[in-house]
Amino acid sequence: MVLKVFFPSCCSSAESGILIGRWISEQNSAVILAVVHFPFIPVQVKQYLGEVQRMTKVTVSVLGSWSNSKQEKEESLSEFLEDLGTIFCHEPWIQISKEGDSKFWSCSILQKHSKNPQEEEIILVYYDQRKVMLSHLHPPLDTAGQRAEDASKLSAIFDTVARSQVLFMTDRYDEGPIKLTHWQSDGVEASIIVELLKQASVPACMLLTFLLSVVSGICRSRVLKFWPLSFLWSKLSTCEQLGHRLQHLQVISSNKKAQNQSQLMRKANIFVSLLIDVALGILLMSWLYRKNRIGHLADTLIPVADHVAEELQDLLQWLMGAPAGLKMNRALDQVLGRFFLYHIHLWISYIHLLSPFIEMILWYVGLSACLGLTVALCILSDIIALLTFHIYCFYVYGARLYCLKIYGLSSLWRLFRGKKWNVLRQRVDSCSYDLDQLFIGTLLFTILLFLLPTTALYYLVFTLLRLLVVIVQGLIHLLVDLIDSLPLYSLILRLCRSYRLAAGVKFRVLEQQDGKPLRLLMQINPLSYGGVVQTYRLPTYSCYPRDSWASLCKKLFLGELIYPWKHKGDKQN
Amino acid sequence: MAEERRFLSASGVPIALRRRQHSASCRELAVRGPRLQLRSLSAATSAVWLAAYGLFALSESSMVLSAAIFLTLIGLIIYLHFVKIDQESLLVIGSLGIQVTSSYASGKESTTFIEMAQVKDVVINEAIHMQKVIYYLCILLQDPEDPQGVSEVVPLFQSSKPRLDCLIEVYKSCQEILEQRKTAPQSS
Repeated sequence: MVLKVFFPSCCSSAESGILIGRWISEQNSAVILAVVHFPFIPVQVKQYLGEVQRMTKVTVSVLGSWSNSKQEKEESLSEFLEDLGTIFCHEPWIQISKEGDSKFWSCSILQKHSKNPQEEEIILVYYDQRKVMLSHLHPPLDTAGQRAEDASKLSAIFDTVARSQVLFMTDRYDEGPIKLTHWQSDGVEASIIVELLKQASVPACMLLTFLLSVVSGICRSRVLKFWPLSFLWSKLSTCEQLGHRLQHLQVISSNKKAQNQSQLMRKANIFVSLLIDVALGILLMSWLYRKNRIGHLADTLIPVADHVAEELQDLLQWLMGAPAGLKMNRALDQVLGRFFLYHIHLWISYIHLLSPFIEMILWYVGLSACLGLTVALCILSDIIALLTFHIYCFYVYGARLYCLKIYGLSSLWRLFRGKKWNVLRQRVDSCSYDLDQLFIGTLLFTILLFLLPTTALYYLVFTLLRLLVVIVQGLIHLLVDLIDSLPLYSLILRLCRSYRLAAGVKFRVLEQQDGKPLRLLMQINPLSYGGVVQTYRLPTYSCYPRDSWASLCKKLFLGELIYPWKHKGDKQN
Repeated sequence: MAEERRFLSASGVPIALRRRQHSASCRELAVRGPRLQLRSLSAATSAVWLAAYGLFALSESSMVLSAAIFLTLIGLIIYLHFVKIDQESLLVIGSLGIQVTSSYASGKESTTFIEMAQVKDVVINEAIHMQKVIYYLCILLQDPEDPQGVSEVVPLFQSSKPRLDCLIEVYKSCQEILEQRKTAPQSS
């Protein structure tokens, strides 16, 4: 059976000593964590290892001996090292020795109680201790529900190194009985900025929690729950977005420390996403308010609304004539056309009424862009919805009329054939009608049938306009969702410190020499960018689309009102 | 020790198989495809630029020329970095696992490592592709729940597509190492 020794590359130049680490017997592999140097007292070493074992729950033990001799191999040293094997009894006892500056080390195993005394092949795998300790292994997504015994061999190694962090806390400047060599033995790494941030984060979190509780108290107060206001809040997407961001702030400002990696990454992602959002929002705001661009925007708003209304009027005049060469029913055409024209007239007067206040309203509303770019985009979407409200109204009128007509036609068609819809049994039954019922029914059917093209045309035109507006709003919401859910911190981590997010490992075969063990270098294989986005995506509050294409077409044909964008809080129909 | 032999791929281009034995339980098998030819590169570039010059003669807009240059550069970079695979290699380390590497013409290497416990077997499969029957080597992954089942099939040498004779060589080398894990006794 092959014996695998995982040796940290930082210990390659360490002085002679004994090797401590973890022996994983199921995989026949030894993970070496550090080298303990001479002189040491065996009892103290055993005590220290016992303490480490208690703190980290990793079975750390003495695995073998390491000799790094600058001169020729000394016989007495090798005997001494073998004797050590009897003091720290461990099966198998690994002896690694390096001569001078040679790259090729010799590695041998002493097995006292071996059943098969054949020569075991040894594979020496070098690993970068710091990177393996800091990295987080991502299992493939489809096997996420594995049992503990099936845990991959590599994750056992990563786990061992990560949990032995306390072993790496002592460096060579500590006055202790044990002198170790590991990746931090030249001096424990620490960053002043990180420590300061950690100290400052506690009062900052408390302040933020207090502010958030005040704000959510106001939001939940009874004043805002009266019917017109609550209906308004539910329709405006800005309020949804603000509520979503409030939730995010609550997640960040909670006092509990993150339990595991995914929670920590989620908090970090939310924090960075909020920061970038607010920064972009403030940039947008400064651009808008410089050179009074927002004043210019307000000045062009009214002419644009007027222009849209004029275009609609032209469209209705065209429909009232002979649109595309089709012949309409004159009377119905005139009625519908005049009805819609009057609506547009009302709308234009309403806009003109508001025109002196538009600039001020827009100025104050533009200030709220400092809350974030997503909020600004949601406000834009809401402004579009408000400005095209008349198109929405026309669509509803046209759709209702068309829907009524279709249902009337289908029911009268059944009467024409002598059948009836049985509500109790939800099916079509035959029915005998009286003569006068049949007469009136047939008359009405004919009238509705010949008026169908006119209504259908109006319905078609207004549905297309409505769909156009819906598509524009949908694109804006898509952008908002993208900004909301993109895990920016994870992506930046993948770019700058790619070893932290590991999809696996890769091995490189180093130079070999006959008679010496096989040398491999284990490097971390980082997760792909697509994998990062998929694993760490932040959940958002909306999902698209509500209906499949088939049901959408069916609804359009029957004249039912369509609401393509569903939000998570809505009840199912 | 390394040895190299020449074979043909399924589409007729010459490929080279290089076998290296690093130790008794470690073998590396690399299939190298043909390098990017200067001829085809210059032919493609000249074709694009002639077409752009023709459009420029018609439309008198110099934007066409700069767009053509830009497109050629971007296209070349994308081709070298994402499409052209120079070498595909298989590193079999008994008792650790199998590593599959693809090296692109721009130097990028994309690696996947499959642990030995997940590998059920390495086999040669047949596939019907349009009017041809092609052979390909693949790794069968073990299903964790079902000891007899196969959870996934990982095809190897997708871009160089060696023929059966080359695949048989690779198959024999892999099987020699995979046999060792069945015959070797479990650790005491």
